[in-house]
Amino acid sequence: MIPTAFRYRRAGSVAEALALLREGGPGAKLLAGGHSLIPMMKQRLAEPELLIDIGGLLELCGVHAVGDAIEVGATTTHADLAASALLRERAPILAEAAAEIGDAQVRNRGTIGGSLAHADPGADLPAVLIALDAAISITGADGSRTVPAADFFRDILTVDLEDGEILTDVSFRPVRSAAYAKLPQRASRFALAGVAVALEMEDGVCRAARVAVTGAASHAQRLPAVESALVGARLPEGAAAACEGAGDALDFVNADLHGSEEYRRAMVAVMARRAVESAAARG
Amino acid sequence: MTSANAPLLPKLIGERVKRREDPRLIRGLATYVDDLKLPGMLHLAFRRADIAHGVIRRIDVSAAAAMEGVELALTGAELAEHLGPMPIGTPFPAPDHYSVAVDRVRYVGEPVAVVAAADRYLARDAADAIEVEYDELPAVVDPEAAMADGSATLHEGFARNVAVGGYQGGTGVNAETAQAEDDSAMDAAFAEADVVISQCMLNQRLAPNAMEPRGVVARYEAGSDYLTIWSATQNPHILRTLAAGMLGLGEHQVRAIAPEVGGGFGCKINIYGEEYAAAALSRLTGAPVKWIEDRTEAFLATTHGRDILGDVEIAAKRDGTILALRAQLLADIGAYEVLLTALIPTLTGMMMNGVYRIPVVRHELTEVFTNKTPTDAYRGAGRPEGLYFVERAVDMLARELDMDPAELRRRNFIPAAEFPFPTQSGLVYDSGDYEAALDTALAAADWESLKAERDAARAEGRIVGVGMAFYVEVCGLGPSSVVPTGGWEHSGVTIERGGKVTATTGASPHGQGNETTFAQMLADHFSVPIGDIAILHGDTGVVKQGIGTFGSRSQAVGGAALMLAAGRAGDKMKRFAAALMADHEASPDDLVFESGRIQVAGAPEVSRSFAEVADFAYVPVPLPAGLEPGLSEEAFFEPENNTYPFGCHISMVEIDRDTGEPRLLRLIAVDDCGNVINPLIVEGQVHGGLAQGIGQAMFEEVVYDEDGQPLTASFMDYVMPRAADLPAFELERTVTPTPVNPLGAKGVGEAGTIGSSPCVVNAAVDALAPFGVRHVDMPLRPERLWRLIHDRDQNGGQP
Amino acid sequence: MSETVPITVRVNGRERTAAVAPRLLLVHFLRESLNLTGTHVGCDTSQCGACTVLLDGRSVKSCTVFAVQADGEEVQTIEGLAAGDDLHPLQDGFWEEHGLQCGYCTPGMIMSALNLLRENPSPDDARIREGISGNICRCTGYQHIVNAIRNAAERMAPA
Repeated sequence: MIPTAFRYRRAGSVAEALALLREGGPGAKLLAGGHSLIPMMKQRLAEPELLIDIGGLLELCGVHAVGDAIEVGATTTHADLAASALLRERAPILAEAAAEIGDAQVRNRGTIGGSLAHADPGADLPAVLIALDAAISITGADGSRTVPAADFFRDILTVDLEDGEILTDVSFRPVRSAAYAKLPQRASRFALAGVAVALEMEDGVCRAARVAVTGAASHAQRLPAVESALVGARLPEGAAAACEGAGDALDFVNADLHGSEEYRRAMVAVMARRAVESAAARG
Repeated sequence: MTSANAPLLPKLIGERVKRREDPRLIRGLATYVDDLKLPGMLHLAFRRADIAHGVIRRIDVSAAAAMEGVELALTGAELAEHLGPMPIGTPFPAPDHYSVAVDRVRYVGEPVAVVAAADRYLARDAADAIEVEYDELPAVVDPEAAMADGSATLHEGFARNVAVGGYQGGTGVNAETAQAEDDSAMDAAFAEADVVISQCMLNQRLAPNAMEPRGVVARYEAGSDYLTIWSATQNPHILRTLAAGMLGLGEHQVRAIAPEVGGGFGCKINIYGEEYAAAALSRLTGAPVKWIEDRTEAFLATTHGRDILGDVEIAAKRDGTILALRAQLLADIGAYEVLLTALIPTLTGMMMNGVYRIPVVRHELTEVFTNKTPTDAYRGAGRPEGLYFVERAVDMLARELDMDPAELRRRNFIPAAEFPFPTQSGLVYDSGDYEAALDTALAAADWESLKAERDAARAEGRIVGVGMAFYVEVCGLGPSSVVPTGGWEHSGVTIERGGKVTATTGASPHGQGNETTFAQMLADHFSVPIGDIAILHGDTGVVKQGIGTFGSRSQAVGGAALMLAAGRAGDKMKRFAAALMADHEASPDDLVFESGRIQVAGAPEVSRSFAEVADFAYVPVPLPAGLEPGLSEEAFFEPENNTYPFGCHISMVEIDRDTGEPRLLRLIAVDDCGNVINPLIVEGQVHGGLAQGIGQAMFEEVVYDEDGQPLTASFMDYVMPRAADLPAFELERTVTPTPVNPLGAKGVGEAGTIGSSPCVVNAAVDALAPFGVRHVDMPLRPERLWRLIHDRDQNGGQP
Repeated sequence: MSETVPITVRVNGRERTAAVAPRLLLVHFLRESLNLTGTHVGCDTSQCGACTVLLDGRSVKSCTVFAVQADGEEVQTIEGLAAGDDLHPLQDGFWEEHGLQCGYCTPGMIMSALNLLRENPSPDDARIREGISGNICRCTGYQHIVNAIRNAAERMAPA
């Protein structure tokens, strides 16, 4: 499995990367950890003409507290997310979900930006960032913009990112009472069904909830029916009732040898319940 | 000179000796095929069929041939001018099968063209530039439908896709014709039965997945008409013979080398089209060529294992006495017969007696072509399938009779006193003490407590089950009457000047540790330090003759050949020693090897050093009467029978109620492989076998869709057991030596694989029994189990 | 499209300079250009871990990194583990506990174990099993590998 030939440029700054992207046109792709792109290239499912390496851009790397928000640079690796004391303290859901991605080697190399931009239907982080109501920052030739995570994922491997744009970072207000639960596909460890839940709790009662699913459908998305069912529920006691049928609201559900549509829908409910219970246990 | 004060050398047989292979492996200094670099070497890439069945309408390699760095690009038809159809190693009729498809493709992954280029990147680019168009034919995917009226057929001359039809064995069957002649015993047994168990089970298709994919380097020297071929193979001598035949050479013109080989598990027994093609392309280009398989190719083009449907019936009395067993076996062998394809399922049929004194046993086997990768040996090769069918059926009988599965088995065991035991299928089990193994396993597992623990877990609402399985297997293959390639093994032992010992063996280890175990045996035999011994293997230029490593035969056959040669060399050495000690009137028969010396038994003061005698043998002045100079002896060992290791495995499985995910909580394995040379290595063999058997039970399956497209062509979809999926195994052994070889060793390579699959499935069925489940097919897919627990349609969605 | 890119990579403590095609995978750079063939290739989908090396001290699958990405970085392979004839404790552990059979997965397994012990010097068996779950072994059933890593962790523990 050998990639086709391409040209390679290492960008010294985001500005330079943007210029290279413009120059390269539609045949240009960004490369950071490469753990989404390189496997595709080896199978010749992706044949870019130009790779622009942004892996070394320190300005895109790291987990930082900015005011009352947390900002995560696009080239931050899953391992760095998992090890981040800041995340463990203030948004453990992201550190925990990152720790469950793939395996140690993949986490050492794969980046949050790559995972989000590639938008594999079974990727874990998209659901987590939707649950955290993260804003995704994008820079292009015409300036910068932010997109709510819930609007960023459009379809299978399809996101709100144009040719010539760079996903630079994500930021969110940390939530402690949030959790992610996934049923891994047993070979790839991608999520067959994964649900991320962020709760606002008061005296054991849910005041607000954001719930997002990945793995089951073409792309990560919110589960509004579960969110409304959770509001006002006493948790964790009411978790099962609120999450019952959680998967049934999805328009489209993947099916393959690892799980039929019926199974995945049922697993969405199971993972939702487990995530709610874990999130609620955090108060 | 006569008295030895050297410390006594400890005996090494039976000791946990650290492997002598390891230093090069743990330092990254071993040489596998892909590590070889020869000057001017070209790299091959194959273009492979992306459809399951079709006629090649047009194939054009001109664009590839014109690419920079490309030396040669050939279609299958062009290559067929240099290579005929490939040989097989079974007596069954087989259709022509070319290294690269000539006019029609029959499975996804079948080669249709080959290119040789300056490096592997360019070779891949060129292979992708080949243009191929097909007229698609209907894919034959289901083995039962393959035999139906109106099904497409794969091969002319094989009506209804039947490769082997209605091949019978067992009670009342004429062994010559493989046809039943007398049904009376079977009819009477079923008429007398209180209980009949009947179940159709699939022993699913697996991908062997040695971690080193296949690879070959071929160098044809035109000046001397000599081919050197390095291959990741389990049997270089068979490669030598077959490659010579394919290239029109004599064996003396071919040197086959298996360098370090990264696992085989049966899939590197077959000699593949890529090996012949590499040899032919080296001859055509005048350059050495290398081909290294990638993993995706390995899933498509390396032989698969198993894939047998068994319809099994057991007739029994209410007290648990088994009266008869019969089985209809349907093997899906894929698109072609390769080296041992058609033979493997016959071994399944032969095992249907299991460990039981069943008086009436019969099977009928049919093998069918489908548009899938050909099957051949995979660890256990036919025996796991047979034992799985027997042990699942026996377990179902225990449940039906509400009898403890251990008790039912005990009641039907072949008693220790009845060995050698002739089975209904014509095998003669060499030795066994099944009750001892059962008792050891029950004690190790604390069977009664285990059941109580299960019951307690159930009371908490958990889904937990315990299971057991007993196995016997045919190992130590030969003799030659049952192994089409020859059932013997060869060894040479040379005692060099200075007293170092070099042995050659035709067994070709690829992880089994024979460089260590064989050295232990020689160290003890000659009573010299193990560091003075070298074991050479895997090179037909060094090892004159051999068969290879498969069927758990290295120790039982290869080890026996080694000791035969060592005995001859040692006897001759004693004659030289006796001549040196003529003053003491020492007779060779009175001499023994002891701690680096050769001495008169009981009189250590009369001795010569090992080195001194070795030196004398090469400069024998005067030459003792009746002796030739030198100390280099060889031996072929042909076993009189197979060996029959056995064992009992017990497991505990928990299933997640919400998701159906199974978890193996415990696995206790008692294995009896006869005498053991190195317990550390034997444990390693059992562990690996267990993981593969558990892999089959819980995780692994090659799946095709209805068009014959493989859905599991990478580790992204084919579930390999990983460290976190397995518990720490609990091992015990019993020791029942075999009488068929002087070592008393039976072989252990495949044992763990055979017992663990039925054991784990039996535990899973036990866990699911409260939901009315009698049987579940492997692998234990979470969705499959979830559907059983939640009473959903079993046909929903999944393969 | 046949451009090459100059790179300098410090491999096992030694600076190596080469002009490489951008598509050259790090594993092929190590194996073909530097003749460090101890790093193996066992799959093509970043699953098996046979090609694991340390890149700037962290385990990575060198089949999923382009050599150009390693420019200016530090790579450690299995060949760089022993100090002369002195084996690394992990190598000793694998030898002592029979943590390998065919040896093909072993270099990658050892490099993964090195990454694990760097993060967690005294892992329990469950953590060891999780830590090597990016590496597939077909021979050993993993049990002796777990023993080997535990053995090495004990050797490496400060007295």
